Amino acid sequence: MNHEEAQEKTLLGFWIYLMTDLLSFTILFATYAVLSRNTAGGPSAGQLFDLSFVLIETLILLTSSYTAGLGLLALRRSAKNQVLIWFSITFLLGLSFLVMEFREFSKLIAEGASWQRSAFLSSFFALVGTHGLHIAIGLLWMMFSIILVWFKGITPFVSSKIIRLTLFWHFLDVVWIFIFTIVYLMGHV
Amino acid sequence: MQEQNSNTFKSYTLGFFLSIGLTLMAYFVVAQHLLIGWDLVLVIMGLAFIQLWVQLIFFLHLGQESKPRWNLYALFSTGSIIFIVIVGSLWIMQNLSYHMPTEAQIIHDEGIHK
Repeated sequence: MNHEEAQEKTLLGFWIYLMTDLLSFTILFATYAVLSRNTAGGPSAGQLFDLSFVLIETLILLTSSYTAGLGLLALRRSAKNQVLIWFSITFLLGLSFLVMEFREFSKLIAEGASWQRSAFLSSFFALVGTHGLHIAIGLLWMMFSIILVWFKGITPFVSSKIIRLTLFWHFLDVVWIFIFTIVYLMGHV
Repeated sequence: MQEQNSNTFKSYTLGFFLSIGLTLMAYFVVAQHLLIGWDLVLVIMGLAFIQLWVQLIFFLHLGQESKPRWNLYALFSTGSIIFIVIVGSLWIMQNLSYHMPTEAQIIHDEGIHK
């Protein structure tokens, strides 16, 4: 088995992991869809969520997905400095997304709209929190990849790691589109 | 190789601007109250699925792999499971809540007087 074939097999394995991860998001989406109107007399989605704030979050994540793609192109050209620059930008964008999400959560909890308030809020925190956790793991992974590139340069080992990381990052962006649409936009219908 | 690189750069950039456009469109339809009820739900879900397609093609470069395309098969089978789980859950729970009368309904239907 040559190197390229092995690389392709690893990527397929990672893709299948992403598909199973998608299934766990599916369960959370289904739970949210069923419970989203069960507010138990508490605040509803339309009253709680600030759409323009979430729009900015969405645009930040979208841009980070693009810069990760540009980083991948730089990796293919073996341009070490460009890889470092693009993934650092992606990292900072991802971090600002996470900070914004954290601020949104703490604001909700301060208002008394925590996961204990209603079935709607439990399913909301489970779904959006799981996505946020994935972003946090992705950021850790990105930090280690940046350090690896910095010290070791672009070796086959490092580049196969980064290809998977980029796939993971695009995947999280796709999941977020549906969170944005189903949780936030539909909350204002 | 250089040629291929500039092509993928174009595809990322095109995908990026299309995604931004679709996101802003969905946002303005909701924020400006251009539509209401089911029309609005259908339009924003439609925009989300178009954006899914855009990102699968332009960011994840689906359909450009060497054959056989196992990743596409995995995606389609996952897609069908997603469809069954989401639609099934909504259907069953909708039906359950339809057949589960509230206390007030029971009192009315059974003619119970307090």
